[in-house]
Amino acid sequence: MNLSGHRAHASYGAFVVHRLSGLALAVFLPAHFWALGTAIEGAATLDGFLKWTDQPLVKLAEIGLVVLLAAHFAGGVRLLALEFLGWRAWQKTAVAASAGFSLAAGLLFLLNLGL
Amino acid sequence: MSGPLTDAVRSDLRLWLAQRASAAVLAACVVVHLALIIYAVRGGLSAAAILGRTHGSLVWLGFYLVFIAAVAVHAPIGLRQIVREMTGWRGRSLDAVAAVFAALLVVLGVRAVWGLFA
Amino acid sequence: MSDAPALSVKVWRGREDGAFQEFAVPQRANQTVLDVVTWIQRHLDPTLSYRFACRVGMCGSCAMTVNGRPRWTCRTQVTVVAGDGGLSLAPLANLPVIKDLATDMTAFFEKWQRAGGRFRPTGTRADEFASVPPGTPERRAADAGIECIGCGVCHAACDIVRWNPDYLGPAALNRAWTLVNDVRDAGGEARLAAVAGDAGCHACHSTESCREHCPKHINPTAAIAGLKRATTVALLKGRL
Repeated sequence: MNLSGHRAHASYGAFVVHRLSGLALAVFLPAHFWALGTAIEGAATLDGFLKWTDQPLVKLAEIGLVVLLAAHFAGGVRLLALEFLGWRAWQKTAVAASAGFSLAAGLLFLLNLGL
Repeated sequence: MSGPLTDAVRSDLRLWLAQRASAAVLAACVVVHLALIIYAVRGGLSAAAILGRTHGSLVWLGFYLVFIAAVAVHAPIGLRQIVREMTGWRGRSLDAVAAVFAALLVVLGVRAVWGLFA
Repeated sequence: MSDAPALSVKVWRGREDGAFQEFAVPQRANQTVLDVVTWIQRHLDPTLSYRFACRVGMCGSCAMTVNGRPRWTCRTQVTVVAGDGGLSLAPLANLPVIKDLATDMTAFFEKWQRAGGRFRPTGTRADEFASVPPGTPERRAADAGIECIGCGVCHAACDIVRWNPDYLGPAALNRAWTLVNDVRDAGGEARLAAVAGDAGCHACHSTESCREHCPKHINPTAAIAGLKRATTVALLKGRL
């Protein structure tokens, strides 16, 4: 992906993060619903799946998903504010704040995992 | 057709508005969901712990049904726009695929929520 | 004449299919990119085609792509942009190339018309002068965008224009917004309809490359956001 030249600025980066995180979440969602749907077959099946998620690689992926969700959320809030509140002076700060929020969410998740 | 908009532009506008409206709903849902996940994951996840909270709870049922509805609007519209901009694919066939994806999310989502509630 | 090594300047030659041609240009103090292009055309290759007019940052004619970014060459100092690799000059992006560094601006200005970027008067010579207080929110919104000189830099910087050739683009939409906010203008719902949809303001993803590169420091992203709000309100009120 080319992020040089006319694309080398914060708001473009925010656009890319928002688009890629949205794409990843959209791909993840059907799998997420499917996995939770195993609960229909009873607690034992769900427990079996949850045990599988105890592996370190899966936990790492989960942290990644939390960060992606938080990033997409923060970027989306920035966009809604920009489009509907005409919020201008804080643009760059908003991008930075979004990034900070995402990382904070990921970190909180990580800490709560007890790792 | 009434007013100065063509049908195509009116449809564009409605999709855009649906995307923003569902985004606003999702913003609220995601805050709750993130907080819940970060809290619930302490000490490990188990079916008993999850089902203990969701089983028979109309509040969680209602919350997650709203969440699923908003996602089923937001995700397909977003994906459709990415495909239209980054590939040459547009038109009725793409719209149909997006609608199928929306239906898939509703079906799988309701199945999951029901499994946790019932 | 300085003893500094010659500047390596790669210049696009041809049309859409063409190639970069390299020149060696003597470096001078306070050299602008326009100085460099002019030196090449006068001393090395008189067949090089490029545009300029005022050469003092007022007309926007000299806009082209300099090291990957759309800029006014008369206001771009070589020392600021050159770096080790020298200069790479190409015509403005997202427009047909006539020859070398000159693009066909027709499509750019046609989009301006399609966006309803023409003032529609309501007064006649029998009326008093229009009274337009400068401090109202509408007038401040219009004033923020009226300094646009149609240079095409924002249009060249916009990736949505690149991906969707029908997209009206930041300059045309910014102009439409200044007129939406002009109390003397009668454009009304017709102009809102003209700027709505996938070829209009709703295609904008707020990447803000337009605001980032505008040499007049105009913010088309904000103007487009205003159009999004105006069209939404009009749609919800049944006026569209």
